Amino acid sequence: MTKLVTAVIQPHRLDDVKSALEAAGVRGLTVSEASGYGRQRGHTEVYRGAEYTVDLVPKVKIDVLVADADTASVTEVIVRAAQTGKIGDGKVWVVPVEDVARVRTGEHGDDAL
Amino acid sequence: MEFELDSGNTAFILLAASLVLLMTPALAFFYGGMVRGKSVLNMMMMSFGALGIVSLIWVLYGYSATFGTDIGGFIGNPTDFFGLQGATDDQSLMAATGVPFLVAAGYQLTFAVITVALISGAIADRFKFGTWLVFAAVWVTVVYIPLAHMVWGGGLLGGGYFLDGALPLPIDFAGGTVVHINAGVAGLVLAVVTGKRRGFGREPMRPHNLPFVMLGAALLWFGWFGFNAGSEFAADATAGRAWLNTTVATAVAMLAWLGTEKVRDGHATSLGAASGVVAGLVAITPAAAAVDTWGAIAIGLVAGVLCALAVGLKYRFGYDDSLDVVGVHLVGGLVGTVLIGLFATNENATWYPEGAANGLFYGGGVGQLATQVVVALCAVVFSGLATLVIALVLKATIGLRATEEDEVTGLDLTTHGETAYESLGAGARVVTEVK
Repeated sequence: MTKLVTAVIQPHRLDDVKSALEAAGVRGLTVSEASGYGRQRGHTEVYRGAEYTVDLVPKVKIDVLVADADTASVTEVIVRAAQTGKIGDGKVWVVPVEDVARVRTGEHGDDAL
Repeated sequence: MEFELDSGNTAFILLAASLVLLMTPALAFFYGGMVRGKSVLNMMMMSFGALGIVSLIWVLYGYSATFGTDIGGFIGNPTDFFGLQGATDDQSLMAATGVPFLVAAGYQLTFAVITVALISGAIADRFKFGTWLVFAAVWVTVVYIPLAHMVWGGGLLGGGYFLDGALPLPIDFAGGTVVHINAGVAGLVLAVVTGKRRGFGREPMRPHNLPFVMLGAALLWFGWFGFNAGSEFAADATAGRAWLNTTVATAVAMLAWLGTEKVRDGHATSLGAASGVVAGLVAITPAAAAVDTWGAIAIGLVAGVLCALAVGLKYRFGYDDSLDVVGVHLVGGLVGTVLIGLFATNENATWYPEGAANGLFYGGGVGQLATQVVVALCAVVFSGLATLVIALVLKATIGLRATEEDEVTGLDLTTHGETAYESLGAGARVVTEVK
């Protein structure tokens, strides 16, 4: 069974996470820009005395398809590489994937990873 | 006296005119960066629109109605130099410094253009562009030209008339009353009559491009040398004094604005730096050649602090002067005009208006201060009432505001058929062949 590991992390940790995943043997991933908030709830900006609260903080989302057996190690790799210890470091979660197909060859399941 | 061309002064005024003309596109950047991304082109187009319509009016009858033969102290004769025809260089406004008629007329054109463009900051994001062009044409005719005539063209607030010698003559070197108080009051009146932007005070309306604002402020500072140094009409020591005072006051005002922000909000911001620059430039304008370096420092300091505090007034009083024409130009213009009454000095000056006195701090008593306050009040009342009449007439006839839908969608797309940034027009595809 294939799993989808999704991580929402601080944008400036992306390069480190990418390198760590490569080193761990992960061959493909998808990166997208995201914005949101967790416990930190954004920040405040002041323009000529007018105060604005910016709720949504820029984040990067990484999606990686992995074989079941590798799920725990990939999750661990991401957590370690993305961690700064400060509030707003993000989340990693895993969901089951019913099927995966490689478009070029038509292979299915773990063979398509 | 026979006109004698001074090529040095003429070259200087041509350069100064070019610098002042640059201030209007610079203002377009300054204002454009402060609005939201969906209406930035409209904001910039209001400055460019003023460049178009006011330049044309100026050469047709504007110069003549400002500097032509005085009619009743209010206005000049518009037919004297209609179309800038019929004048010789002997009749040049700058004949005394050897600058030809057309060069002087061109220099004065740039002042009228920037003054009108300044007002647009008060009505950002919601004003009909067509109405803006009509307003610009009417306002320059009914408000700017008469006030410029009254102050500079031999009218009521100038040498020949002013209170019949009861007070010292007013000092306005480069346009504190005619340009900044005038535009500031007009902006306030127009903002109130037009009404607030939809969502004002509830939705975020923060500047969409602060680098634009910084670029605009930088170009304004550069262009302002043409404004203040050029107002001497000659390349001489007074122009140098005006240049240096302009720089000193502006630098101090920027620091003062940043300091005020740091104390009040905890951060010294780039918008604050750009705003402080403009506040300093505005405040030193009327005083540029009439104060010494200490006076320039004091004016910059007061302008930086007061303008930084004044931009918050609109939230307190609930009017939407969107880009703070009131807080920066009206308050800055009043600061400079009134402080002349404290800091004006003819010591070491190569220029000083005959009939003007020294300021209170330089041994001149309270006379000059009284004069400056009276002139500032006259400008406020005249500009305020005349602009109110124009705004109400336009509101009742062609309308001031864009529709709610256009305002919410953004005026760039709905008025001009353009979007400023690719992300705002995402998904576009080609539907026409090459015409």
